[in-house]
Amino acid sequence: MRYDAIIIGAGMSGLAAGIRLAMFEKRVVILEKHYVWGGLNSFYQFQGRQIDVGLHAMTNYVKRGARGKPLSRLLKQLRLRHEQLDLHEQSFSLISFPSARMRFDNDFETLRSEVRRAFPHEIEGFDALTREITNFNELDLDAPQVSAREIVQRHLREPLLQDMLFCPLMFYGSAREHDMDWDQFVVMWKSIYMEGFARPQQGVRHVLSLLTNRYRELGGELRLRAGVKRILTRENDAVGVELDSGEVIEADNILSSAGLVETARLSEPAASAAGLVPLQAVNPIAHAMGSETGKLSFTETISVLDAPPQTDATIIFFSNRDRFEYRCPDDLCDVDSGVICMPQNFKLPKPIDPLVRITNIANFAKWAALSSSGDSGVTVPKAWRDSSSGVRHPAPEPRISNLGYRGAKQHWYERSVAAVTPAHLPDFRTRVQLVDMFTPRTIKHFTGHEGGAVYGSPRKSRTGETGIKGLTIMGTDQGFLGIIGAALSGISMANRWVLKEQAVSEPAA
Amino acid sequence: MNDSDIKNAIIGIISDIAPDEDLSNLDPALRLREQIDLDSMDFLDIVMELRKRYGVNVPDTDYMQLATLDSCVNYLRDKMVGKALKV
Repeated sequence: MRYDAIIIGAGMSGLAAGIRLAMFEKRVVILEKHYVWGGLNSFYQFQGRQIDVGLHAMTNYVKRGARGKPLSRLLKQLRLRHEQLDLHEQSFSLISFPSARMRFDNDFETLRSEVRRAFPHEIEGFDALTREITNFNELDLDAPQVSAREIVQRHLREPLLQDMLFCPLMFYGSAREHDMDWDQFVVMWKSIYMEGFARPQQGVRHVLSLLTNRYRELGGELRLRAGVKRILTRENDAVGVELDSGEVIEADNILSSAGLVETARLSEPAASAAGLVPLQAVNPIAHAMGSETGKLSFTETISVLDAPPQTDATIIFFSNRDRFEYRCPDDLCDVDSGVICMPQNFKLPKPIDPLVRITNIANFAKWAALSSSGDSGVTVPKAWRDSSSGVRHPAPEPRISNLGYRGAKQHWYERSVAAVTPAHLPDFRTRVQLVDMFTPRTIKHFTGHEGGAVYGSPRKSRTGETGIKGLTIMGTDQGFLGIIGAALSGISMANRWVLKEQAVSEPAA
Repeated sequence: MNDSDIKNAIIGIISDIAPDEDLSNLDPALRLREQIDLDSMDFLDIVMELRKRYGVNVPDTDYMQLATLDSCVNYLRDKMVGKALKV
């Protein structure tokens, strides 16, 4: 079978790229190895409830009619109307540290007033930083990479303020420990502080249905349970793929959202052969084969409650230490910082099941090393059920060597909840009915992303180039983050490497 | 296709690409980007739609010819000979 383009992965970037290509009458097939679409932003059913995987919120929220913003460009490129996304804004978010708390929402002025209130001596520096961010063109793919910490430190002196501002941006997200590339920092600052958070009534599933329906209406093909075993090349040219089933599909263009490292693995030996020059811009793939698997993965605990927790905050970015640490933990999880999300606190027209979702950084290697056997579900601790007993006791410290996967999940679930309540929100443990949890292993299992690295490899291919002709990377390893970012990545890569190339080289019919 | 049709062909394409824009009072002598919110991604789409609807090829070196409605008409006049306006 021959197509104009093969897209690997039916996540946000794959679906958006597919729509662009199908819109301009290219023969395109999206190959997804899982039995459901969505990738890192998928969804599943758990005991009769629909749960979203991945991002708790869509970032980059702007109202209908906003000009030149990422969301508006996405709507135009995919020929969607704002209302079709059914976006409802957050109430507000908190940045909650031991020595200070600041609130922000979809109006940047709120954050600015909070900075002025909590750190009055830093307001001029904050304004100067904001100006530098506003004036920076983060879309310039050729700008050299600079440390965000370095630039922020030129404007702000207070480490607590710096860490509080970095915290949400790192969690939403940085593939790198401790610091971010300045251009990524700018992208995240604009997406989160200057634009904002929103969510469809039905969660991410709604956006996925919209995109898959549009794609199919335009004539695109989508194949589930169709994992790619190998990317086929002839000399330095991509010519097609071989599926796990052995079926071969040919195309001149392959757009892969599997990740840089993962794509490199699929395209060996051409990847190594193409990688003679150690410059990431020319051949990121060869470099990726080294130790570039992303180090940062996460656990997420999901507690379904029978009554909402007593907070109106939509999202709480927290740290139990004034010095914020964003690094792969030595232990299985770092429960002392993370993100708490209460999706029912978006301004939704209809109420949804109250949840408390807690995300923490996790050590993939340690989770992968645990022995697993049988059911690995998590249960609501008995002590919590018995409300008269109170819920003061954290789970005892087990010896790690005794923990299998299931025991570890149970233990770290309890620890993740104990670390946030009552410190950052009123105690909700007696209201918990049902619990689920995913770990780096879950992420790797369902998405194939190495190391469960949600934000990909620290080394990105900003142009999408791999050094192999006809093979392009898109998604988090091309540098764009979040639902909107990933979709824009797919759109830009489809435009640049398939539509534009063909428009230039082929005569019209 | 006559000049008036060519102008309508372009406006028709723009209205699909930028549905929220008011295209009723466009000044044909002024740059399109100064009157409505069109960026380089949108210009690529105009070119792709010309190709898709009318079989017309516009190489990137000619993109600047599409800056105003008048320049679009002048540039496309020969290329649109024998083609019918698609509504």
